[in-house]
Amino acid sequence: MLKYTLRRILGMIPMLFLISVVVFTLALAMPGDPFSGEIDPNNTDPEYIEEMREKLGLNDPLHIQYARWISNFVQGDFGESTRYKMEVSDLIAERLPNTVLLGATSLVITYILAFAMGMYAGRKPYTLGDHFIGGFNYFGLAIPSYIAGVFAIYIFSFQLGWIPFQGSVDITVEKGTLEYWLSRLHHVITPAIVLGLLNIASYTQFLRNDIIENSRKDFVRTARAKGTPEGKIYNRHILRNSIIPLITFLGFDIVNLVNGAIITEAIFTYPGIGQLFLNSVMNQDYPVLMTLTMMFSFLVLVGNLIADILYGVVDPRIRLD
Amino acid sequence: MEHYLHSKVPLLEIKNLETAFKIDGNYYNAVDQVSFTVERGKILGVVGESGCGKSVMSLSIMKLLPKGAGRIRGGEVKFEGKNIEHYSEKEMNKIRGKDISMIFQEPMTSLNPVFTIGYQIEEVLHNHFKITKEDARKQSIKLLRSVGISRAEQIVNEYPHQLSGGMRQRVMIAMAIACQPKLLIADEPTTALDVTVQAQILELLKDVQSVNDMAIILITHDLGVVAEICDEVMVMYAGEIVERSDVRSLFKAPKHPYTRLLMDSIPKMDVEEEKLGSIKGIVPSLKDMPRTGCKFANRCPKAMPECTELKPVLAEAEKGHEVSCLLYESSKTGEGTNVT
Repeated sequence: MLKYTLRRILGMIPMLFLISVVVFTLALAMPGDPFSGEIDPNNTDPEYIEEMREKLGLNDPLHIQYARWISNFVQGDFGESTRYKMEVSDLIAERLPNTVLLGATSLVITYILAFAMGMYAGRKPYTLGDHFIGGFNYFGLAIPSYIAGVFAIYIFSFQLGWIPFQGSVDITVEKGTLEYWLSRLHHVITPAIVLGLLNIASYTQFLRNDIIENSRKDFVRTARAKGTPEGKIYNRHILRNSIIPLITFLGFDIVNLVNGAIITEAIFTYPGIGQLFLNSVMNQDYPVLMTLTMMFSFLVLVGNLIADILYGVVDPRIRLD
Repeated sequence: MEHYLHSKVPLLEIKNLETAFKIDGNYYNAVDQVSFTVERGKILGVVGESGCGKSVMSLSIMKLLPKGAGRIRGGEVKFEGKNIEHYSEKEMNKIRGKDISMIFQEPMTSLNPVFTIGYQIEEVLHNHFKITKEDARKQSIKLLRSVGISRAEQIVNEYPHQLSGGMRQRVMIAMAIACQPKLLIADEPTTALDVTVQAQILELLKDVQSVNDMAIILITHDLGVVAEICDEVMVMYAGEIVERSDVRSLFKAPKHPYTRLLMDSIPKMDVEEEKLGSIKGIVPSLKDMPRTGCKFANRCPKAMPECTELKPVLAEAEKGHEVSCLLYESSKTGEGTNVT
């Protein structure tokens, strides 16, 4: 397994190189350039502009510009945000904990709800309970998160006043106290549910269908013939098999954990990576934009790798070597 | 319960069992009024074509019919004198694997792919006995050895996909005999295996049967298998028993035309034949089953006009040899000629 993992990590290098070329090219293809953020906007003297372009290296041939960017990038120098005037790495480090908290909370809620509902619906298919869960899920699938988010804010925040409508923490509480963490949880719970809605629905229905399918397998009949109680058949024999295909989802979840929910964070004005990404696009903040895009791509690769390794752990028929 | 052990109560007694499947809202009997008994320590063979209700019958005894599809509509299933046919799932679970166990046709898919062989054998022990993990492990290694698996210590930690079909069927047998059941139902245990392995598995079944003194219901469509290990044999057609007798008398003098045709379709070493005998047509589907008369009439070479109207009764045509065919006087009246 170690050998397999190392080989996969090595295989990521050419992939990442290609991604970096694409990211760089796409950034160039965007209208405007990072230049506008770097100069004094009141000085429109063409000579001054030309001088600054030369100084910032924007007149160099493309491959030199790329080489300069990538060599800084691999050394951990992601550049400086043109908008926030601070190191991109510091900027991301500031936002990342918020997004990880949001993603993790959303994931925990998703897993708990999806497993509870999926296992129930799979065990008692075509009953009233199953139809109810199915209805709820298709509702969740059909409503886009920006609609659900707006409604959640309107109902729970403005009408009922249960939850704050923006931010990641109450600014009046002291950092590090229990109150501080409760406040953070209070802020994160609604965006987490809104973010998880779609996942809950797809997880639940997938698990349900897989449980129904597995319950018809021969090995279930064997377990019954051994006198194994019904509960154990479902919770062990069937569930253990039905978890295997869910691992594909888990690979994507790992990516979601960090790339944040661009739309959800924007609606709840939750200061996370998703919001930062959206702002960087709007403000043509190239260093942030390119770093985040590279980071997301890297995480997709890592997520897939983790999923593939987990397959080997969960399914004895898959051997990694 | 002890007093049954020495009494004359048969191990398994089935009376007028009817199992039906729902097709388009109506129930159709896949097992129709089947009655028979299984004596302790005997091997009963059940023979018939695909779709004749053999498997459904065996699943009905264990109450393992697929949920929602099949239903026992009537009749009695008595195990050691007790009527188990209306037992709850919980009550059945005490019997399944312990008193009655079962092995299936498909060893490739009958084991759970994500659990070790050891786990799957030990599970049946844990289901029925209070036993420590260590003891269960020792027991499962012993069981694997008893079914002729030599690397038992390693095999307990291996997964089903690492074993061949024959090995898996041995594992299934080890699992089935783990609690020393009184009855083993083997539903076509050798069908999916190649010929040499088939012989080994049959040999093994015979061995475990004599060691544990259990009864076996062996379901098969292979008359050769029946001749080899069974004491008694029952021929089924379209959910009904058409002939029943001890093995010798059946092979010496088959009575029902269907049984004869089955025998003709076995290749023989000593007779030179141009073409192997076969039975025309197939078992009609449940929906298309003839409602009156003999269900085999439309395929029967000896069919008489009354066959499509009068329903034959399974009755003794000869001492210990029952048949259900209008060629025999006994089947018209339902009274055996030699009934004592």
